[in-house]
Amino acid sequence: MISLAQLLTLSGILFSLAVAGIFLNRKNVILLLMCVELILLAANFNFIAFSRYLGDLHGQVFVFFILTVAAAESAIGLAILVVLFRERRSINVEDLNTLKG
Amino acid sequence: MLIQGLFYLFGTILVLAALGVISSRNPVYSALALVMCFITSAAIWLLMEAEFLAVVLVLVYVGAVMVLFLFVVMMLDIDLAELRQGFTRFAWLGWLTALAVIAEIVGVVWARGGLGIDASRGGVASAADYSNTLALGSILYTHYAYPLELAAILLLVAIVAAIALTMRRRGGLKQQDISAQVAVRSQDRVRIVKMASEKRP
Repeated sequence: MISLAQLLTLSGILFSLAVAGIFLNRKNVILLLMCVELILLAANFNFIAFSRYLGDLHGQVFVFFILTVAAAESAIGLAILVVLFRERRSINVEDLNTLKG
Repeated sequence: MLIQGLFYLFGTILVLAALGVISSRNPVYSALALVMCFITSAAIWLLMEAEFLAVVLVLVYVGAVMVLFLFVVMMLDIDLAELRQGFTRFAWLGWLTALAVIAEIVGVVWARGGLGIDASRGGVASAADYSNTLALGSILYTHYAYPLELAAILLLVAIVAAIALTMRRRGGLKQQDISAQVAVRSQDRVRIVKMASEKRP
């Protein structure tokens, strides 16, 4: 049987790798979106681990809703990315300075 | 024992694929590594008897969201060299943060009584005739009916927003104007001219 500690460790490693990815690829918006997906995946791992540990199904319902919101988020994020690329011909975060005073 | 072995196998693949996502040079390879992440996560969720969510993860994420990512990556003509510039400048900070977070989580989780609960045991295995989908559906459609409808509306809004953001009208296209066609009157099109009849030559 997989213990709670093993699962929490795995999700912690996944989360911190995604955070490191945000530091590493801080210019590329697509990679930033992918790292956010990884962070949400690590959060889902925790929800499922505790749902199993406590024998409570409500944690899995939360994972269901997180998946829904994450799908909507990535769809809108990619749409914004496409519009951005059309306007500026670049997806570099440093080029997003239109609102700069 | 078999479950432990499979967990370590899939966990190792998951961590390696996550490393591939954050360190690959090409966004396409990153997206493919993320697909690998989702598939191995679904396998681990199967081991944890969350079957419905594992299937949903593969269908929705690998089947829809990652395909969308790949489409966008291939549609955009990105200058990779410029994006890679300064890749290693803050890399030490990233790895340091990652190591600190891992050390903290491992320290809290594996310390005796660190979480205030006994984390060394897993859950109780379900009975052989237990249906995860049935159990999830029976609370999703009763207890969570209202949040479920809100999630459906959220998805609808997301569809409308994504289409409204990316749709563009290009000038110079030949297309019908239906309302102008319907509203046309005969005197706009035909002009009757009164004139004397001509002699046949």
